[in-house]
Parts: sequence; structure tokens; C-alpha cells
Amino acid sequence: MKTPVSSMLLVLLGSFIGSFGAVFLKRGAGKLHFAWKSLFLNWSLVAGVAMYLFSSFFFVLGLRKGELTILYPLVSVGYIWTLFWSRLFFGEPLRRGKFVGIGLILLGIVCLNLGNR
Amino acid sequence: MSTFFSPSPASGQKSFHFSKAQSFCLVLVCTLFAAAAQVLIKLGANALQSANPLAMLTNVPLVAGYSLYGIVTLLLVLALRDGELSILFPVISLTYVWVAILSVTYFKETLNVYRVLGVLIIVAGVAVLSKDGKQ
Repeated sequence: MKTPVSSMLLVLLGSFIGSFGAVFLKRGAGKLHFAWKSLFLNWSLVAGVAMYLFSSFFFVLGLRKGELTILYPLVSVGYIWTLFWSRLFFGEPLRRGKFVGIGLILLGIVCLNLGNR
Repeated sequence: MSTFFSPSPASGQKSFHFSKAQSFCLVLVCTLFAAAAQVLIKLGANALQSANPLAMLTNVPLVAGYSLYGIVTLLLVLALRDGELSILFPVISLTYVWVAILSVTYFKETLNVYRVLGVLIIVAGVAVLSKDGKQ
């Protein structure tokens, strides 16, 4: 069985949307108070969870056809987006080690695609 | 349970803390359960006839998989609170290995050199990212 490109694109779209979920959760976590009510009134947290749910919709659509061996590791591309959003929205530094990580993830995905037959 | 959870001496509140070894074990168990959740999610996705969100919400393996994922996330937060992040974060990337093994045993997917190499390189990449990010 070969994993179709459409499935891969759906999973990648899911991981792209999910990376914004992390941004909203981080934003929400920054102004968190330890009371149950504040968890639900914190719109950033609610938006973060909503983003994750929305992203899993596309992830599940992608998983309908194709192999988990190929599709699940694609989720790791989300980490790369998260790095860029961390730089953009929170001013976190992009150190050299992070580019090594990004390079390895991309290389791994190229490898998986070579094995997709 | 009271022997596993050591009470916090500092506060009078009912809170518990894990030792480093307990945190490590908990994270390891979490990666296994996260992989099992992925298998349930794939199982549910295989059964979906159309792209109907409602059909997703009534799909038992799918809901079970995501519920398990939710529980794993909460446990991870607990483990990460007490352990050393630079050690524990890279351990989480082992999930990719378990998912590959389960895909082969459960869904009869095939592994070849490229696939094994791809998964291992991604594990290394995620580990490098998470280790670097927490310094």
C-alpha cells in the first residue's frame, strides 16, 4: 500500500493549525490563575484547545487513507512551525541547535517519502 | 498509592511530587499510551466513510483514542513538573518509534530501510529541538 499525497497534505495542514494551538495555549498559560473558573474564562486557552480540536479534524481525515508509519511522523513538522511562531510572537531566540533539529526533521521526512512504496 | 506519591513537605496543601526516576518512568509510560492512542485513532479513521465531523464524534475508537491522548497529556504535565526537562522532553520523541512498531504489528504495514531511517532521524531531530529549547 502506498500512502497518497492528499493524506500527507491533510496531516500537514492539521499540524500547521495545531502549531497555532500551542501559541494560544502559551499565551493563555502566561495569565493563568489557579482557579477552575479562570481556565474557562481564559479565552486564549479556550482558543488553543479549539485550534487543537480543529487540527485533529484534518489529521483524522488524513489518516483515513494511507499508513500510520508515514503519516504519524509528519506531525513533527508542527514543531518547526511552532519554532517560527515562538520567534515571531514571543521573541524567543532561534539558536543554531534549533536549525539542526529542523534539518533533521526535514531529512527524516524526505527519507520516509523515499520509503513510501 | 500513598507510597508512590511522596507528600510535599513544603506546603500544607494536598500536593504530591515525583522523584526523578518516577518522572522518567511516567514519561516512558506516557509515550507508550500515546502510541496506543494513535493506533485507536487510526483504527477509527479507517472506519470513517465520509468527512463528516458528526461521524467522528460517534466513532468509538476515535473518541477513545483522543480521550487516552487527553489523559496522557495531563500525566505528562505532572511528570514534567517534577523531572528534568532536558532529559524528559527528548524521551517523548520515542513515541515515533512505538507508533512505527505498532503500525507494523497491528496494521501489517511494512518497514523498509528508508522508513526506519526516516523515523530514527525524526526522533533525533525532535530530541535535538526539545533539548535545545529548554536550556
